[in-house]
Amino acid sequence: MNDWLTTILILLPIGAGLAVWLLPWSNQAAGSFALLASLVEVGVWINAVVRFDFDGSLQLDQQHSWFGDLGVSYHVGLYGYSLWLVGMSVVVMTAAIAYAFWVGRERPRAYFGLMLFLTGAVVGVFAAQDLLLFYVFFEAMLIPLYVLIGVWGGAGRMGATIKFVIYTMAGSLLMLAAIVVYGLSEGTFDMVEGGPSTNEWAFLGFAVAFAVKAPLFPLHGWLPDAYRESSAEVSAVLSGVVSKAAGYGFFAIAIAKFPEPAQDLQPLLLGLATAGLVYGSFLAFRAPDIRGVIAYSSLAQMSLITIGLFALNDLGFTGGVLHMVNHGLVSAALFLIAGAVERRTSTGELARLGGMARGRPILATVLMATGVIALAVPGSSAFAGEFLILSGIFGEGWMWAAVGALAIVLAAMYMIRLISGVLHQDVGAAVPDEALDLRPAELAVIAPLVACLLALSVWPAGITEHLSF
Amino acid sequence: MTKPTVDWFALSPALALLAAAGVALLGAVLVPRRAVNVVSAAVCALGFLGAGVAAGLLYWKSPEATYEVADAIRRDRFGTLAQMVIAGAGFLAVGISYAHRLRREHVGEYYALLAAAGGGMVFLVQASNLMTLFLGLEWFSICLYILCAIEIDRVGSLEAGLKYLIVGSFGSAILLFGSALVYGATGELEFGAIATAIDQQGLRNDGLVLAGLALLIAGLGFKASAAPFHMWTPDVYEGAPTPVTAFMSAATKTVALVLAMRVLVTAFPAEEDLWTIAVAVLACISLAWGNIAALVQRNLKRMLAYSSVSHAGFMLIAIAANNELGAKALLYYLIPYSAASLGAFAVIAARERELGERVTLDNVGGMGWERPVLGVAMWIFMLAFAGLPLTGGFVGKFYVFAAAYDRGWWWLVIAGVIATAISLYYYLAVVRALYMRMPAELQLAPAGGSPPREALLQASVVACMAVTVVSFFAVEPMIDVAEKAAAHLPF
Repeated sequence: MNDWLTTILILLPIGAGLAVWLLPWSNQAAGSFALLASLVEVGVWINAVVRFDFDGSLQLDQQHSWFGDLGVSYHVGLYGYSLWLVGMSVVVMTAAIAYAFWVGRERPRAYFGLMLFLTGAVVGVFAAQDLLLFYVFFEAMLIPLYVLIGVWGGAGRMGATIKFVIYTMAGSLLMLAAIVVYGLSEGTFDMVEGGPSTNEWAFLGFAVAFAVKAPLFPLHGWLPDAYRESSAEVSAVLSGVVSKAAGYGFFAIAIAKFPEPAQDLQPLLLGLATAGLVYGSFLAFRAPDIRGVIAYSSLAQMSLITIGLFALNDLGFTGGVLHMVNHGLVSAALFLIAGAVERRTSTGELARLGGMARGRPILATVLMATGVIALAVPGSSAFAGEFLILSGIFGEGWMWAAVGALAIVLAAMYMIRLISGVLHQDVGAAVPDEALDLRPAELAVIAPLVACLLALSVWPAGITEHLSF
Repeated sequence: MTKPTVDWFALSPALALLAAAGVALLGAVLVPRRAVNVVSAAVCALGFLGAGVAAGLLYWKSPEATYEVADAIRRDRFGTLAQMVIAGAGFLAVGISYAHRLRREHVGEYYALLAAAGGGMVFLVQASNLMTLFLGLEWFSICLYILCAIEIDRVGSLEAGLKYLIVGSFGSAILLFGSALVYGATGELEFGAIATAIDQQGLRNDGLVLAGLALLIAGLGFKASAAPFHMWTPDVYEGAPTPVTAFMSAATKTVALVLAMRVLVTAFPAEEDLWTIAVAVLACISLAWGNIAALVQRNLKRMLAYSSVSHAGFMLIAIAANNELGAKALLYYLIPYSAASLGAFAVIAARERELGERVTLDNVGGMGWERPVLGVAMWIFMLAFAGLPLTGGFVGKFYVFAAAYDRGWWWLVIAGVIATAISLYYYLAVVRALYMRMPAELQLAPAGGSPPREALLQASVVACMAVTVVSFFAVEPMIDVAEKAAAHLPF
């Protein structure tokens, strides 16, 4: 009942982040220390997996009263599904930190400090078992992201950060109101003790917050700017990790605590998600640059995940969680590859790229492998996830499943366009002959992500049979 | 006519500060010139420290609320907790003032007035009848009028002092008129007795009582700078010497709101359905006006002035809730709010001294990287104002919303949520200016030389930062203290 492991998973990166930021490290030392800390974090997570008992109960939990008069406590712990999301997050964060270290970001102490702080906040979101604590971590993600985009972003970063923050905070504040309503009427803010509620307004408060964060159509206005203006590894974290906090929230709070409103409003959520799925896919197909394709595909994939979760049956949940892990790894890998391409050509515009496969076999292989998994080719883990989602939603109405199946075709269209736009066709104007292949260091960052994907493709049951709903 | 017994212990916080004021004034004459600054500041700081310790002891030794000195003041934990906040604010304000350049002949007076203003404030939060209320209010207000105008060479400072004097006196007059009406209707001065009289003589719908109540709320609204009685706030905050602004924004707000809650809850429980609505409406107006006006400010002091109007709105929500949770929320909210407010003005003061001109969003550009401690502190204060986690501002807002919801007023929660969303824009604009624009981009002329050494200011800022952050983690002990204080109000 009182297990420190989850707390260590949260506090280790935050403590390391403070150490990086406060102590007078040299640039090299700061990066190395940050990378080491995130690798240790992965090690701690592996330890958690080893010790985990997949029997459906809350594991590795710990509880301390925070302010008892309203029934708020520091309560953390992991279920099977949150364990996998935490694992995906720490792996992606490690890759992002390693990539940033290799690229050599300016002001490394502040940069790595914020990245590590973000890691802790993300783990906290997945581990929190108290609604107010969940909110705290959910917002705490925003603070480092705001600075990471605003300071180290591209030329249009100011507009991007303002949009990002105003959108997400407007959603989150509605969630805070919903938390107040739920917590005071239940008498506790604890997610384990609190019973199901029938308050539709509170449900909507949560749903809007998560719909902004995911994002879902039509609340995705911040997405293209934020994903384009951030540095590559921050985009990877945004689409890979941060958006999953929304999927997790839908699943663990909006659906779990409000079963009746979720059932009543299922058509609304499914309608928005299918609209976003089709719309995002078409935009991805039309996007003029690599980041645009990945950003809008992210919109589409998060919509697909939402469809799976709002199928409101076990198949849909299983598929949703598996696909969250898949998409986290895929989109992170794609954004890092996009960053590598942009570094070589100083542009992401597909019109000025092309023919990069020639003489760059490693880049071609990695992009091809990731892209093929992303378009859910049968046998890939993404296929397993999408198949489960579609089977789940089929039980709720065949039309939803038909639209979902259409999306797989669309995904193939935009991913193949991306792959061929970068790798094949004539050599683009922005691709100089001396643009090198992936360096060993870059490969060492991206390859583990692809390896995880391949492992999941071979054995998706590793996750689907260890979710412990 | 018997002579009333005087509980000197209950008066000790005010007496400590009065003594400090007297010693500081004497010191200005007797101490050698170059030591005047050190001695006055030290005496003033000791006065606030003494008042804080005395208030702490009073809190500890007053498990039951009692009336003292012929029922003129009330010795209870509600008042003493507010005294501790005021004393803390004053103590830190001394640290912020220390390096402030004043004309030599004004140094002693400055610290004496600061201590005297603090004395009036700690006296006022104990007030339990209409006479002591007015006495305390004028006592600290007059000190503040002079403090605002103390830089007589600067037109802005004179203007601020004069404006505050005129508008503040107007507010006081309204308050006095309201008191007179209430006294005329009920024949009572003491808050509890007013409530009894209204109840027993059936004055619930009496025109005089209602008019008096309305005027009392308006008068306190002036002091708390709640919209639409906030007109003086931006000009005075901007013109006054920045350390004075820092002290006012924290301490005056505390006094006015704590007193408002005490008066309304103790004296007018029978009119509860009326004044809660009135206060809720004032809260909404303050939230709307403060936040929207702050959006367009470039001058940081004016921006924070409007932000303080909007925070008055948040705290008025807690008062409007009229329940024990609301009292707890108010008392808790005041602590991180005061710390963040003092700290933010202190950072502005530091930048002001460095540049020698008014601080705007443009000329703080890049300050976060140049002066890392002040930058991070300002960042944290802005997060606290915006109510983001890892600062006590978040917990304060949460409690305020919970209190409003507990009363069943979910629309106030929504108003607060919308106001918070708007406020993010300008709070984050400060962070953006600090970190995301490089001085090179802004083409500022290099100021030349290193910034002035201000160890005490830095220490005060760090202390404010510590309070802001620690109040987030240590909620339980602080809420316990606030709960015991709230229990001394008759809900």
